[in-house]
Amino acid sequence: MAGFLVNASLIALLALIAILALRLHRLFAVVMLSGAFSLVAALQFVVLDAVDVAFTEAAVGAGISTVLALATLSLLPAEEKPHSISLVPAFLATLTGLLLAVAVTDLPDFGDAKAPIHNHVAPEYIVGSEQAIGVPNIVTSVLASYRSFDTFGETLVVFTAALAVLLIIGGYTRTPQKPKKAKRKSKGGRNAG
Amino acid sequence: MTAMTDQLLGQWNYYLVIILMMIGFYGVIARGNMVKKIVGLNIFQTSVFMLYISMGKVAEGSAPILTGDPTTVYSNPLPHVLILTAIVVGVSTTAVGYALIIRIQESFGTIEDDDIIAQLDDEEETA
Amino acid sequence: MQDDVVIRVVAKVMIPAVMLFALYVQFHGDYGPGGGFQAGVIFASAFVLNAVVFGLNKGRHVWPARYNLMGICGGVLIYGLTGVGGMVLGENFLNFNVLSSDPIAGQHLGILLVEFGVGLTVAAVMVMLFFTFAGRTAHLRLLSKSDAHERKISASKKRRK
Repeated sequence: MAGFLVNASLIALLALIAILALRLHRLFAVVMLSGAFSLVAALQFVVLDAVDVAFTEAAVGAGISTVLALATLSLLPAEEKPHSISLVPAFLATLTGLLLAVAVTDLPDFGDAKAPIHNHVAPEYIVGSEQAIGVPNIVTSVLASYRSFDTFGETLVVFTAALAVLLIIGGYTRTPQKPKKAKRKSKGGRNAG
Repeated sequence: MTAMTDQLLGQWNYYLVIILMMIGFYGVIARGNMVKKIVGLNIFQTSVFMLYISMGKVAEGSAPILTGDPTTVYSNPLPHVLILTAIVVGVSTTAVGYALIIRIQESFGTIEDDDIIAQLDDEEETA
Repeated sequence: MQDDVVIRVVAKVMIPAVMLFALYVQFHGDYGPGGGFQAGVIFASAFVLNAVVFGLNKGRHVWPARYNLMGICGGVLIYGLTGVGGMVLGENFLNFNVLSSDPIAGQHLGILLVEFGVGLTVAAVMVMLFFTFAGRTAHLRLLSKSDAHERKISASKKRRK
């Protein structure tokens, strides 16, 4: 009962923050509320025993994402154009929610220890993390050793996003902005080495 | 009827998270302002992460860090790993999205998509 | 913001502590929650705090623009070379067992190197993102000044002709 209350009250708080963030007009308040959303989501992750994920969500969502949004806001108009509630998107969202709720009935109960997901590869990772790798943090051992290839791909995704941002607003141009001074060609004389 | 209430009581966490997901989804498709679209997308992504993490939770389990006690029950570490990757990919996508918003603001002078469509239609008519 | 004494003093005390905490999270990711991503983001936030409190120019002084690409590419290279090291020693790509005499020591070494690569890339990317976004107004002013300068030169050339 206590677990249900904690979970439900955190999710109710999250829903309140989300609804407010989407209704306010001042973009600064919207960005701040999205940072608050990430922080309360990190709390919810701790309640669900996912400490690594909570750490990452708090650092990345409430930290970097909010800072980037604020840096963007300094270049944008401060308020959203006012407009009315649109019915077709609300209907679509409700329909999708109902379809998802019907699809979710196939999943095992919440917290069930006999679910197939807990009996397939996970026991092997938990045992192997102690005996084959010797690292107490099971998430790190799975991330860096058992699923190392996925983490390589993820690092490449971060690299590609950095390249994309540099190409879009990095300020690199095809032609140089100022004429370059003519370089002296070294012919193996004093300037070599 | 009791089967349905049993189902509801057994899976309540998933239904709450689906409500959160739909709030984020409404934010993405209903609002015209691009910053709000990205904020709605973040809300949607975070609630999807919550769905996966709640699938990995084991009742009476603890965080997946070895304690040395052989009788502890650990929550499943595999969804944690996948969601860690997904969070980082999500912030990368958000960063590229904000860069595009800055360029759109510089090119069109506005970030409301109705105004941008109106400007493009005007350019088509005069061209 | 550097005129405010409280913010300046607190930032000066906090920035080294934040960087130390980032290194702690990086290298204790094996024993508690943590690892490369979290450590990279926390390390970057120290530099962002410095730039926010003391100004963008002073922030640029501490993290010059060339460190961005060096850090981003260096992290990915460290990860890839650790994997290739496994291949060079005879086994598959990203096999850490062969990196040392004992398989468990090899796994430890491999995980340490790989997480360090990830942390380096993420830290460099986050700092680069902040400086690119925050420096956009200055860059636009520079572009418009150089545009105005070129227009003046071409106008004076036309007048001379």
